[in-house]
Amino acid sequence: MNHLKPMTAPLAAVKSTAVSHVVWRKYLWSGIAALVIWWLVYRSLALFAAWFTYSTCGLAKGTHLGAAVEFFVYESPKVLLLLMLVVFGVGIVRSFFTPERTRRMLSGRRESTGNVLAALLGTVTPFCSCSAVPLFIGFVTTGIPLGVTFSFLVSAPMVNEVALVLLFGLFGWKVAGLYLGTGLLIAIISGWVIGRLHMEKHVEDWVYETKTGDSAEDVALNWPARLRLGLDAVKDIVGRVWLYVLLGIAVGAGIHGYVPENFMAAIMGKNAWWSVPLAVLLGVPMYSNAAGIIPIVQALLGKGAALGTVLAFMMSVIALSLPEAIILRKVLKPRLIATFFGVVALGILLVGYLFNFLL
Amino acid sequence: MKILILGTGCAKCNALMLATEKAAQELGLQYELEKVTDLRQIMAFGVMTTPALVLDGKVKVSGKVPSVEELKILLQPVKL
Repeated sequence: MNHLKPMTAPLAAVKSTAVSHVVWRKYLWSGIAALVIWWLVYRSLALFAAWFTYSTCGLAKGTHLGAAVEFFVYESPKVLLLLMLVVFGVGIVRSFFTPERTRRMLSGRRESTGNVLAALLGTVTPFCSCSAVPLFIGFVTTGIPLGVTFSFLVSAPMVNEVALVLLFGLFGWKVAGLYLGTGLLIAIISGWVIGRLHMEKHVEDWVYETKTGDSAEDVALNWPARLRLGLDAVKDIVGRVWLYVLLGIAVGAGIHGYVPENFMAAIMGKNAWWSVPLAVLLGVPMYSNAAGIIPIVQALLGKGAALGTVLAFMMSVIALSLPEAIILRKVLKPRLIATFFGVVALGILLVGYLFNFLL
Repeated sequence: MKILILGTGCAKCNALMLATEKAAQELGLQYELEKVTDLRQIMAFGVMTTPALVLDGKVKVSGKVPSVEELKILLQPVKL
């Protein structure tokens, strides 16, 4: 593949720029057209939901059933549309941040700035928990401090675009923003704390002895390829989560008028101080992606559970999971895993109390 | 051609192996396919995201499962 004869190479390059120019315009115009259509559809959803519920289905205004149906018919396409747009955008942003590139940006950083940068990069670097172990080895063997590596490992799963879109769509930008901000803060601080504890000797010995090869070369992508990556992300992620999203909205619609408003208030309300630690503890053995947890969040919040308690529960489910602990056991000794979970859980706990206190 | 699939045994690693086999067979390649699951060996290739595809010692894909068509382009024997 790299054995093109020297004479043919320049020729091929000329041809490909000419082609890419035409492709470029095609992509640009279809992109603009798609955005306009997206916007028009998005804008007309409320009207459509009202028309569908009260004219087509003939439900009476002001009834529980009418409100529930309208809620579902409005919210489901709205959240799915938002999800598609954001996942597409994030897919494109991620095409600029490969794990190799992130590693280069992080190596040689001092701890505090390194923690901040690692938490930020964790949000935009493509990450799958099944790659957590090779990523961990790849980071620490190239000299990235342990604490900085942990900032990345905490932020990558927790600050998640699907969770953000759902929180934004269902609860508004304030809740979404709080989630983003506190998620980053937990990642930064817990990584920093782990770094201060100097636990390098609790990493399995063979890890630091591992010889890592030269990282795979970065392939320079052109814009059509990036757009295709965005579309692939939409197909992959929306294809996996749409059912949970609909389920979540259905739960939301179902409780819209039926379950008494303060049903959860006594056990998960602001005044039940023990509910935050309980929510964190319950979250650890549960393992779910962000989309799967939203139906539960929707149900809890709708029925008077306090926001801090629910956010703590959600963060705990997404960021701390037993399967992840088992995977990480390959490279970390039990004490470091326990510290990692303990520090992150403590951070989540504080966020839970903070929200319950402030709001 | 020597094909290696690097991965610790997740669902995507299997998907990559099946897709690669399919692409290689459709091209009618002579190949030898091997799965590498040992972490130390995987790390020796400098791969941080699994699954990864290694052709004749060079990492060609990492962290995703390309379509059979894309794999065919990668597997295409070099014409001189």
